[in-house]
Amino acid sequence: MATIFIDNAPYTVKDGQNLLHACLSLGFNIPYFCWHPALHSVGACRQCAVKQFRDEQDTRGKIVMSCMTPAAEGTRISIDDPDVKRFRRSVIEWLMTNHPHDCPVCDEGGECHLQDMTVMTGHDYRRFRFRKRTYRNQHLGPLVNHEMNRCIQCYRCVRFYRDYAGGRDLDVFASHNHVFFGRHADGVLDNEFSGNLVEVCPTGVFTDKTFKEHSTRKWDLQTAPTVCVHCGLGCNTIAGERYGSLRRILNRYNHEVNGYFICDRGRFGYGFVNSGERIRTPMVRRSKAGKMEPISKEDVLKHLEGMLYFGARVIGIGSPRASLESNFSLMTLVGREHFFAGIPEQEQGLIGRIVDMLSEGPAPAASLKDAEEADAVLVLGEDIANSAPRLSLSLRQAALNKPMEIARKMRIPEWSDAAVRTALQGQRGPLFLATTAVTKLEEIASGVVHAAPDDIARMGFGVAREIEGGARGAALPAGEMSSFARAAADALKNAERPLVVAGTGCGSEAVIRAAAQAARALCSAGKEARLLYIVPECNTLGLGLMTRKHLGDAFRAAGAGPADIVIILENDLFRRADETQVKEFFRGFRQVIVVDQVRTGTTRVADVLLPACTFAESQGTYVSSEGRAQRSFKVYLPEGDIRESWRWMADMAEIAGRPEGKAWRNIDHVVKALAEAMPVFEGIGHAAPQAGFRVNGLRIPRQSHRASGRTAVSADMDVHEPKPPVDSDSAFSFSMEGYEGMPPPALIQRYWSPGWNSVQALNKFQEEVAGPLRGGDPGVRLLAQGSLESPAYSGEIPPPFAAREDSWLLVPLYHIFGSDELSTFSPVIAGLAPGPYIGIGEADMKRLGISEGDAVVVTLPGLSRVLPVKKIAGLPQGIAGMPAGLMPAGWIGLPAWAEMVKKNGG
Amino acid sequence: MSGMIEKLLIVGIVLGGALFIASGLIWLERRLLGLWQDRYGPNRVGPFGTFQVVADMIKVFTKEDWVPPFADKAVFVIAPAVIVATILMPFAVIPFAPALQVIDLNVGLLFFLAMSALGVYSVTLAGWSSASKYSLLGGLRAAAQMLSYEVFMGLSLVGVVLLSGSFSLGRIVEAQQGLWFCIPQFFGLVVFVIAGVAETHRLPFDLPEAESELVAGFHSEYSGMKFGMFFVGEYLGVTLISAMITTLFFGGWMGPFLPPAVWFLIKTFFFICFFILLRASLPRPRYDQLMALGWKVMLPLSLMNIVITGGILLARG
Amino acid sequence: MISIIRTIWKVFLHQFRKRVTIQYPEERASLAPRWRGRIILSRDPDGGERCVACYLCAAACPVDCISLQATEDENGRRYPEFFRINFSRCIFCGFCEEACPTYAIQLTPDFEMAEYNRRNLVYEKEDLLISGPGKYPEYNFYRIAGLAISGKDKGEAENESAPVDVKGLMP
Repeated sequence: MATIFIDNAPYTVKDGQNLLHACLSLGFNIPYFCWHPALHSVGACRQCAVKQFRDEQDTRGKIVMSCMTPAAEGTRISIDDPDVKRFRRSVIEWLMTNHPHDCPVCDEGGECHLQDMTVMTGHDYRRFRFRKRTYRNQHLGPLVNHEMNRCIQCYRCVRFYRDYAGGRDLDVFASHNHVFFGRHADGVLDNEFSGNLVEVCPTGVFTDKTFKEHSTRKWDLQTAPTVCVHCGLGCNTIAGERYGSLRRILNRYNHEVNGYFICDRGRFGYGFVNSGERIRTPMVRRSKAGKMEPISKEDVLKHLEGMLYFGARVIGIGSPRASLESNFSLMTLVGREHFFAGIPEQEQGLIGRIVDMLSEGPAPAASLKDAEEADAVLVLGEDIANSAPRLSLSLRQAALNKPMEIARKMRIPEWSDAAVRTALQGQRGPLFLATTAVTKLEEIASGVVHAAPDDIARMGFGVAREIEGGARGAALPAGEMSSFARAAADALKNAERPLVVAGTGCGSEAVIRAAAQAARALCSAGKEARLLYIVPECNTLGLGLMTRKHLGDAFRAAGAGPADIVIILENDLFRRADETQVKEFFRGFRQVIVVDQVRTGTTRVADVLLPACTFAESQGTYVSSEGRAQRSFKVYLPEGDIRESWRWMADMAEIAGRPEGKAWRNIDHVVKALAEAMPVFEGIGHAAPQAGFRVNGLRIPRQSHRASGRTAVSADMDVHEPKPPVDSDSAFSFSMEGYEGMPPPALIQRYWSPGWNSVQALNKFQEEVAGPLRGGDPGVRLLAQGSLESPAYSGEIPPPFAAREDSWLLVPLYHIFGSDELSTFSPVIAGLAPGPYIGIGEADMKRLGISEGDAVVVTLPGLSRVLPVKKIAGLPQGIAGMPAGLMPAGWIGLPAWAEMVKKNGG
Repeated sequence: MSGMIEKLLIVGIVLGGALFIASGLIWLERRLLGLWQDRYGPNRVGPFGTFQVVADMIKVFTKEDWVPPFADKAVFVIAPAVIVATILMPFAVIPFAPALQVIDLNVGLLFFLAMSALGVYSVTLAGWSSASKYSLLGGLRAAAQMLSYEVFMGLSLVGVVLLSGSFSLGRIVEAQQGLWFCIPQFFGLVVFVIAGVAETHRLPFDLPEAESELVAGFHSEYSGMKFGMFFVGEYLGVTLISAMITTLFFGGWMGPFLPPAVWFLIKTFFFICFFILLRASLPRPRYDQLMALGWKVMLPLSLMNIVITGGILLARG
Repeated sequence: MISIIRTIWKVFLHQFRKRVTIQYPEERASLAPRWRGRIILSRDPDGGERCVACYLCAAACPVDCISLQATEDENGRRYPEFFRINFSRCIFCGFCEEACPTYAIQLTPDFEMAEYNRRNLVYEKEDLLISGPGKYPEYNFYRIAGLAISGKDKGEAENESAPVDVKGLMP
């Protein structure tokens, strides 16, 4: 702790901070541009000037940049000194000489850091009479819009894009006052975090292109805290709605999870909510051969009354993309023994093993924050940049932790970004990747090996053995792989906070065990080791904690005896199992009831189709890959008869005569019932305040206090303003009325503070800048740490992979745009997703005598398909890849052995 | 029998006349206020806007007759009727002309005082039964204000009684044959007029209503014809006080050339207009100022008036 | 006391003054050009819609009676997809005109818009849009703004220099 004097008043600040960081944490308003809490200081914009005094006697002082000055003991500064105030005003005036006159048509307007800072410094009139500099814009793809005239040369974009996110195709060009930020030529931005430029850019140079299609001012958006549903990491987001459609997703800061950034899938994947493929009204099929007819909510419930009589044999299929509450309400409706996770047997096995490892092993599950703080990382079998993108950003920062010692030795403060990077000379800390093919993170990895899933597992066991000194685990594999394993083991052993990452990505149960084994070995070596398993969907882990029963069990249960009805919750079984198998399964039932958000193969075969709310329209709890239960809130109420899945289930339960049907009036009742029914979910009630929560007797408003158009929005339909709907499920109101101060951290619905309209208002919501949120970061971790003595670590070590002469092992290949089901319903994401293909390594291509683009017949038992060939760098011999989630109807359980023949004449 | 019919006829004429004048005042007041405020007032409905009264009646009769669910219903309904009744009763004893009087009670003046004192019940009960804070405050103010001014009103008339030697209003008028009492009883007149304004809680003494502070005071919760009753009651009160001033201080029906009833009407009309002029020109005092005026000025003034009048009468023998 | 009587007398004398009431509709008051009446949306001198759908009028409106949705045409011009004013709520305060950065929304000296049906007081864009520039005949936002639209490339707006050649190395 150090004491500094700001305008002659003493303040205590943390050691090792710069003045800007310290002053903002103390609540002072100092304008800034180039500094960003995650990107640190470079002193480029000269905006954060303060006056520093030598001692008490010094009255003249000197102007310094607060972001470049350490808050050392006894520092005396003045923020309000007239000289610095004038200085800061002149800097803004100079920055504004070339700023175009286009705030009204700029999407940043109203949440613009430049606007805020201009008002803060008091610059109001343009005295500069000469011409404005202009630029030509670039086309940067369908996600990010470029309007270069607005640039103030703060360099934040390239510092984020290149230095932080590791992108290469955005840079600064030209010289003097012609400095230009963009690509070398028009083209789609390559980095999977390009969307963060929208929030990082303090002006409107980079704006959200999908938002531009239906642009709305920040103050008009009805917002609520949501949890991203496009992968298993559970990043926190803020979703905004206007006129009944979802308009955009912004990052929601959670110190323990995603911090300041989210990936492009999370930011731009929201389009499915507004999609034409949404199911908007209940539908029924009166006869098996008949067509689906729309029907009202009341009528469909009456229709269901005829089926769900007491004693009807009903089974339910849950979903890893539905909330805990929805899954649990289905489980309650059908009975625990008739409830099955809608996950294929093999994958559910992996998830069950992950749950075991996390709850019994000594290494706790790592949060993204833990991952960012790790100083040595081993990744087994995961293409992180595509299967859990946000984690790759954390690992990029983790790779800087070890080399940071160099800077520390040179007495360079960590926040002095440019100096640190110069000192580091591009050095990276230990990051070891064992994957099936080339992945994006390889450019910063210290060791890479491409191998079959079984070999990856063997490598994991080998590393574990090496760490433990040969006590347990497999003998090290030979050759290239052995040196990799040794180097990885050495690096992990020498680290303070090593991290092992694995997941369901390569479909191998052995990999999951191997990762746990390595983490356990590190724990027994006295390290603060962490383990992180990547799971594919937003509630995979939650469903895994709820039931171990899988789709295979469901198929068997249906085959075993006559069942009447199957209820499928937000799940497309055609993505999960073989088409013929699923069709066979459906034939076993008199009625197929499907509750879903969008039209899928499964909804097309339904006899009763019930429209479900998306994440933006419903409240629910999701369990992320670290076992963190997080509450997502509804942003707005959908039109018509679209309802939350759990409400459909509760109504059906009421029809079926179950007491819960009547008792569950709001979601808190479901949460409470779940916590009582399953001890592992005991804590989920604390994930966020309950529906009865009030601040000073007031709800938390979803709309900003400046929300406009209340008396005109629906005036074309009816001049009488409708009463705002009441939210019975949460403490939020659907209006601008309510508590205007800072809500509790789990209920932060927007970042705003007087004078801070941009996302940078976030500073005011944190205990200290870049620290935890005031009142603690939201979410409850459900998995307790196990002990070293746990028995779950035995298990076979698979034999080494042997390539076959006539068939190939197909493994899944992941794509940030495309592998996730829901986001591909968004037009922009669908446009960026690749089509189906077969990925083959170079050696195999030569062997088969094919080149990229050729058609190949891929044959699995009972299934054959012609696919174009795509060259996948790094795929070992004997292994071929297929894009996960991108194959059209028809499922291929991966990994699996397939035969490939070049298609003649094709 | 013919006496009976004659009496009924007189009752009819008095009742009808009083109500006609009261309703006419709705129009008259707005026109006069307009006149003194450089505008026109209602001038669109019928000749000179006189049918405005009809329009207002239609409106007030067809409005929703709303009794608040929190109100004391019985009292709430009775209160407006009480005020109209208690103000109509004294018209029975007023001599509009030598032959045009319902009944010449020998205690006519006391009857008038008694009836107008009853009026306070209406206002207070209306305020209380509404179960609204504004109404209650209005009702409380009305009770204190009307009881206080009741005292001076009574005292101010002692001089008149001393001079005429009777409580009968007919006698009092006759006693002014030579000289109207407004000359010898000037102070009595002043006190009576001010007390009269306060009794009818007209501006500037409309503190029980005080729309700027109490919404509409004791009748905040009233609507439709119940509100209309208070409205008519107020105008009847103005008419009554004006008629009483005429009777007690300005020789009643007496006057040259014209028939007595016409003289009475002319004089009454003059004082009604004076009431409206007061409303047009004077601001509402604070409540403590109202009470201070009553007890510190009016009371000594009226007592002094009694002493002087009594002294002069004694000196004359 | 005297002052009270004086007041009464002075008020009494007012009956001899001239009436200030204007007998509308037979007589009509002359309205100033800055009278705040019916709201209109004006056009640029070149005939394009002036409104760029920046939402500032809606934000400034104290009774929240303006609602609109921004969209962009193929030429890069922003315009409101719909623009609705609920005149049954409007209080004619003129804040919207004050907030408008493009002089698009203007209040006019017309107040005769009474309707028997409240629904008819909801004006859509086609009811609001006039064919001229209103009170500000010269102003054209897109001639000043840095945004490129068709017919006005980068660097062609007022007070702009030609676009920078990013690849040039000359100082």
